[in-house]
Amino acid sequence: MDADHIVEVRGLTAGYAGQAVLHDINFRVRRGEIFMILGGSGSGKSTLLKNMIGLYPAMSGEVFIGGDDIVGARGAAREKILRKFGVMYQGGALFGSMSLEGNVALPLEEWTRLPAAARALLARLKLQQVGLDGFAGYLPSEISGGMQKRAAVARAMALDPALLFLDEPSSGLDPVTSAELDELIRSLSRNLGITFVIASHELSSIFAIADRVIMLDGGGIVAEGDPRELRDRPTNDYVRAFFHHGKERAAA
Amino acid sequence: MTADRAAQPVLRVESGEKETVLHLAGRLDDATVAACWDEALGAVSAARDVRVDCAGVDYCGGAGFALLVALEEAAGRHGARVRVEGLAARFRELYDGLEREKLRAAPEPERGHGGWVADVGYITSERAGDWRAEAEFVGEVGAGLVSLARHPRTLRLREWWRIVEKAGSNALPIVGLVSFLTGVIIAFQAAMPMRQFGVDIFVVNLVALAITRELGPIMTAIVLAGRTGSAFAAEIGTMKVNEEVAALTTMGLSPVRFLAVPRVLAGIAVTPLLTVYSMAAGIAGGLVVLMLIDFPLATLMNQLSGALELQDIAAGLIKSFFFGAVVAGVGCLRGLRTGAGPAAVGDSTTRSVVTSIFLIVVLDAIFAVVYYNIDF
Repeated sequence: MDADHIVEVRGLTAGYAGQAVLHDINFRVRRGEIFMILGGSGSGKSTLLKNMIGLYPAMSGEVFIGGDDIVGARGAAREKILRKFGVMYQGGALFGSMSLEGNVALPLEEWTRLPAAARALLARLKLQQVGLDGFAGYLPSEISGGMQKRAAVARAMALDPALLFLDEPSSGLDPVTSAELDELIRSLSRNLGITFVIASHELSSIFAIADRVIMLDGGGIVAEGDPRELRDRPTNDYVRAFFHHGKERAAA
Repeated sequence: MTADRAAQPVLRVESGEKETVLHLAGRLDDATVAACWDEALGAVSAARDVRVDCAGVDYCGGAGFALLVALEEAAGRHGARVRVEGLAARFRELYDGLEREKLRAAPEPERGHGGWVADVGYITSERAGDWRAEAEFVGEVGAGLVSLARHPRTLRLREWWRIVEKAGSNALPIVGLVSFLTGVIIAFQAAMPMRQFGVDIFVVNLVALAITRELGPIMTAIVLAGRTGSAFAAEIGTMKVNEEVAALTTMGLSPVRFLAVPRVLAGIAVTPLLTVYSMAAGIAGGLVVLMLIDFPLATLMNQLSGALELQDIAAGLIKSFFFGAVVAGVGCLRGLRTGAGPAAVGDSTTRSVVTSIFLIVVLDAIFAVVYYNIDF
């Protein structure tokens, strides 16, 4: 894997209970880009993402994160890879009993030797970066869904990873909040140089932020490239249907 | 790896008369910042003017920005000024964009109700609401059971059997074991002192009466409270959190009649059966101990038939119907009263077990007084 790429998936076959959902998946993600995994419901977007972050064991293949294969990694080697990226889960997955500051400071507490005051300041700094000034003392249940997702992004960024995985960041959000989250992702990518790998099917987000996409269908990648090019020159019927039905429905 | 990076010096301090200069170099990440945090803050604690030279910094992460802000705050406390120089443009833009005022620790949001008087009022009104809801629940369950008795076909039999199986037959091993061991313990504790007076055969009477009238029903009810009542609370509580209970309501179905009534009926049905089983297991435990201290089984059975009357078993069984209703009812009520948030189901489960055990003991005390007064 060369220095230009931060993620490389090679021959990944993944699924549940011995049943493969994805077959022989191959792609690479460049440093600093916003890369989206697209596909309809049940196409395996979340499965692919969860295999890439080592949450589910792959049936075969390799997933290189910053040059290290997470599929076969165990113990300290796996922990080293896990520290290279942050993850935002679909529902935010914030710890309900902790304030937002506590949520963001938790990985700092576990993985760094920073003193408590530094951790607290750094947590508030991360919350400021996602536009949650003044909410550090709030519990997740005391803020809106959109704010919870922002806080989850702040927690994922706590250890300054160069790579963030986001699972359906816009799901359940209204269009305005969704657009704000897209703007946040774009600004974090531009200002901090973070690479984003995002599983999504929100057309508005895809065209607003994605630099490059892959599209999943039938257990494999059916298209790869710039989303605008794929929309304008679809390479197959599924890609045409994905972009154009969505566009027609949005226009209607 | 962290230790290696932390070992690299990133801070050099030059203290002059006019100003203190902090030279930062290399990577400012969590490991290197953690290593120099105290030294950097100590250097500016008494300095008049501070210059932070970042010309040698090739990476500034969140921890680096936190250090720069902390230096500003520490110097600012005694009126000193901090100048950050030489920071690469891409980091400078981020650093200048930080809103210092908003980074200060914010007070926690107000979560009380405005003083202790208001809190007392709030809690009182909440408790009153609880009692009202509990009374309504009891009434609705009672009405549901009466309605079910009049129209037995309305019971969803397959679902009810599933509940009976989980609450009843699946509880046999634990109820049997606990009851058997209770019988063993009572017999052991009583046999030795009673033997000194030559009345150890009356241990049979003690075990039989204690198990049938008190311990059998109580042990069964307590096991059910921990096992079945808590399961009802968790199951219905999870349904409440997942809005399944709300879905029932909007479909025009009463959650109490749909969820609680079958469970309470199952509780009333299985508890007496488990209690009889518990009585048998407890007495068997006592007899085993007495056989171990050389009483022949025939003697023990003869003593048992004289000691135990049908009335004793009935006294325990009558209680068990009420215990079953209480355990199942409390479990369902706590499940239906589950609040919001991740801890809510856990809270409901705990409250269901604690309330059930408390009510079992209270009910048992009431039965003791009633039985005494009616000479039962």
